[in-house]
Amino acid sequence: MNPPTYEIIIGLEVHVQLATRTKLFCRCSTQFGASPNTQTCPVCTGSPGALPVMNRHAFQLSLQTAVALNCEIPRFTKWDRKQYYYPDLPKGYQISQFDLPMSEHGWLEISDPDGAFPTKRVGITRAHLEEDAGKSMHDEAAGKADSRIDLNRTGTPLLEIVSEPDMRSPLEAKAYLTELRLLLTYLQVSDCNMQEGSLRVDANINLGIPTDDGEIRTPIVEVKNMNSFRAVERALAYEAERQYQVWQETGHRIGDVPKQTRGWDDQAQVTKGQRSKEESSDYRYFPDPDLIPVTVSEEQIDEVVKKQPELPAALRERLQANYKLSHYDADVMVNQGRALVDYFIEVADRSQDAKRATNWVQQDVMRTLNENGIGIDEFPINAERLAELVLAIKNGELDSSRSRDVFQFMMDEKSDLQAALKALGIEKVDDSVLVNLCRTLLEANPKVVADVQAGKQQAIGALIGQAKKQNPNVNPGQVREICLQLIQEMPS
Amino acid sequence: MSLSRQEVEKVALLARLQLSEEELTTMTTQLGQILEYVDQLSELDTEGVEPMAHAIDMSNVFAEDEVKPSLDREDALANAPKRDDECYRVPAVLGD
Repeated sequence: MNPPTYEIIIGLEVHVQLATRTKLFCRCSTQFGASPNTQTCPVCTGSPGALPVMNRHAFQLSLQTAVALNCEIPRFTKWDRKQYYYPDLPKGYQISQFDLPMSEHGWLEISDPDGAFPTKRVGITRAHLEEDAGKSMHDEAAGKADSRIDLNRTGTPLLEIVSEPDMRSPLEAKAYLTELRLLLTYLQVSDCNMQEGSLRVDANINLGIPTDDGEIRTPIVEVKNMNSFRAVERALAYEAERQYQVWQETGHRIGDVPKQTRGWDDQAQVTKGQRSKEESSDYRYFPDPDLIPVTVSEEQIDEVVKKQPELPAALRERLQANYKLSHYDADVMVNQGRALVDYFIEVADRSQDAKRATNWVQQDVMRTLNENGIGIDEFPINAERLAELVLAIKNGELDSSRSRDVFQFMMDEKSDLQAALKALGIEKVDDSVLVNLCRTLLEANPKVVADVQAGKQQAIGALIGQAKKQNPNVNPGQVREICLQLIQEMPS
Repeated sequence: MSLSRQEVEKVALLARLQLSEEELTTMTTQLGQILEYVDQLSELDTEGVEPMAHAIDMSNVFAEDEVKPSLDREDALANAPKRDDECYRVPAVLGD
């Protein structure tokens, strides 16, 4: 087939579990992995007469996120009941937010380090605070007769972040998710663990197809069951192609058929049809009379802004501006998390050599972290010690050809630079010793002297090898410099 | 303001209620009457009146994020029509 004859239109709904100790409306623990139905109470199991009370911390985390997503924060917000019947929803309704969400009209900037798409702002329609449902497990062993229900997760606080349909490719969708997760991680509002369900993604996708009668839009499909960002990328690529084929076969446009929900089958690498989505009015939202509304003051928002940590985008810019990192390198570093960036900054500041610091952190340090699956907090060489190493190389006290041995030793033995140098028999050669050594070499090699005097400076190379043989600690650069100096001083 | 039989059928389906033909007739009449009664409110002139989100004029009631003991599992599951050692059991919810 020819290059795409359609435009892909993608909007994403992300549910993020907030990093609270307790649930949104009761004080049951949100600890993951507890034995089924050991973290429930009359409130989250929907017992008659039980009353929900809003978790202060959950609201605060939502506010921090909304501010970081450049959202407008209305002064007044309230919660509504979204009615539907499902066994994992014991109350028969989910407490969510309908017409007055706690934030709306924000944006998140995405870019691609390889320049695959131009930097753009993805609009955030709204972010609202709601409760999670429980978990149903389909008991295959019992002959599919029953489903088992665990209500531990019921009532866990979720922030639902809804984007505008601003993404134009599966790659952009993945970039949005990656940037959003990074932002949430830097804010420490969620652990964003997809395996544990702390971050869930649903996508809305359709196509714009140019025709002789102008552009038409295909029916919007909601895609669910995507368990990784890679799955999101693949599911969307598959779904776009599928919609194009369906359009060719049926000519269906948006509005011709009810909105469809499809689930991604990761094994088969296809999307499969699910039940038709109930219209929004079918949820019969109304204000939850059990909950008191929340008002947010200007001062509260100012306070959140004041305490906001440096966000990934700003940090990337600072690394590029102050430490001369490339966009790509800054991106790689920031993606490793704030702790690694702080480590790098300390090494760079202490050594006053950002370039060498970048190389060491990105190559040797990060490789070791990856190989051993550890974080920077567990890395044996702290920033101060790595800075000493960088400084020694920079000042010519340590030859770069031996620096990796020193690094390895410092890592293995958890030693500082001096101890490593001593153990490896590396010591700075005294200037006078070095000058004497060079003088001896020059006397023994009149041909080299003559060559250099004839303008062939590279002839010095032969002497550097000899110098290293006599004393492995000499710095090749210094040997070269001193020899040239001595030759220059010779009466010609 | 009356209610059609179809509307009552739809509401019943959403609430997962299975109504007999007879019950549907009764419900259509009764729910219609309730709506008519409540509809009297629309006679009021609410021009310029702020919509009310809550009956109590109060805001910002929070609880601190501190874990308190949950129900014992045995107590939580005590009234379940069907259960096993750990979970509630319900008719299979497969198929979507």
